[in-house]
Amino acid sequence: MTWLSDAAVERLREAAESPDLTGTRFLLLHRIGRGGMGAVFLAEDQTLGRRVALKVLDVPDEAGDLAARLLREARILAKLEHPGIVPVHDAGTLPDGRVFYAMKYVEGSRLEEHARTLQAAPDRLRIFEKICDAVAFAHSRGVLHRDLKPENIMVGPFGEVLVMDWGVAKILREPATGHTAAEASPTVAHAAAPSPGEPARPAAPAPPDTRDGAVIGTPGYMSPEQARGEASSLDERTDVYALGMILRFLLGGGAAGSGGTIPAPLAAVCAKATSADPAGRYDSVAALAADVARYLDGLPLEAYPDTLFRRAQRIFDRHQLVIWLVLAYVVTRVLLIFFARH
Amino acid sequence: MNKILIGILLGTVLGFFDGATAWFYPEVRTQIVGILIGSTIKGLIAGVLIGVFARKVNSLPMGIVFGLGIGLLLAFGVAYMQHEHYFEIMLPGGLVGTIVGYATQKFGRGPASAPARA
Repeated sequence: MTWLSDAAVERLREAAESPDLTGTRFLLLHRIGRGGMGAVFLAEDQTLGRRVALKVLDVPDEAGDLAARLLREARILAKLEHPGIVPVHDAGTLPDGRVFYAMKYVEGSRLEEHARTLQAAPDRLRIFEKICDAVAFAHSRGVLHRDLKPENIMVGPFGEVLVMDWGVAKILREPATGHTAAEASPTVAHAAAPSPGEPARPAAPAPPDTRDGAVIGTPGYMSPEQARGEASSLDERTDVYALGMILRFLLGGGAAGSGGTIPAPLAAVCAKATSADPAGRYDSVAALAADVARYLDGLPLEAYPDTLFRRAQRIFDRHQLVIWLVLAYVVTRVLLIFFARH
Repeated sequence: MNKILIGILLGTVLGFFDGATAWFYPEVRTQIVGILIGSTIKGLIAGVLIGVFARKVNSLPMGIVFGLGIGLLLAFGVAYMQHEHYFEIMLPGGLVGTIVGYATQKFGRGPASAPARA
């Protein structure tokens, strides 16, 4: 008997998993990633002559719940037309019966890799502002991401930021119909808490009515109410919590506040965003982003009460050069007068 | 407020105060009015030139260098007329020009209305 090498087995597995794109406008190039319920392939859209990323369902789905979930993810993305959210180009069913959607192929690096290339805190904060823009836009369309973390954020070669992986997003309200609390995808119950860093992804879909008790998100980034499985009570402040963790990560403090030197005003912003009590957090992502913008502009922050000393410090930091110049002038004048008299 | 106006205001005010320091020199105290007028006009001219430069060139380092240059040049002119006190006149004059150069780049509305980058 001849044994196949691991590499050969891997190649065979990849070939078996490859989607059948015959009769479609897409030409398969290679696999670029793998998610909880599907694989992502690089393909070429032969009609438009561009590269796209194809997300294809590749786990058994006899009930069709995951297929529905993938399509709902595509529909959510289609609804969220924003420069900071990866656009969907197409969705449907492949000849082999698998559900797929085609999205923009994002060339760039994950936030965690990109952050290593940024030395200055303002550069990191500007990236963070772009993430907030995208998430605030989604919120304005009634969509919660629920799994924000550095791995789900891509930064392109020109500094463009794209928030990815809306697979566990929740629709708070439909813009046209007003108030529904439908899940973007069937919520999946997790019997045990997932291990740190691993997203709490579904092993199998649960009925849509089992919303509370489901744990969705990634430990280290999910809010306490998410970790408790209070799925039906989640609102924008859940994403505010995750963004606070991302801000802490970007500033070098680690995902779970594991230390690092963060300027006191920004530490206060992180602390407010990641308050265990949702009522203690920023009401919206826009409010969080506004505080970060105020920090960059040297203005007082909502999370960091202004005292006379802090105000003086901010003014000094903001106008250091001119203050030094005026001081130099005064000292020069005093010295000149002193020497002229003696 | 546009950059030229900021240059004029700041240059005039700083020029006036720079001239007023002559009061601390007993030997020229009797000429204080003339010094004040001359120094104020010098500041005004420097402010106009630096303000116009700031409208044309949007660069903080360039604005500072230009302000320093104009401040030194005009102060040199004043010192040259007196044939003395070059150091005492040019050093503060250069600093005043630098301050006006910084302020006109950092503040005020230019044609493109973009703040200067360091």
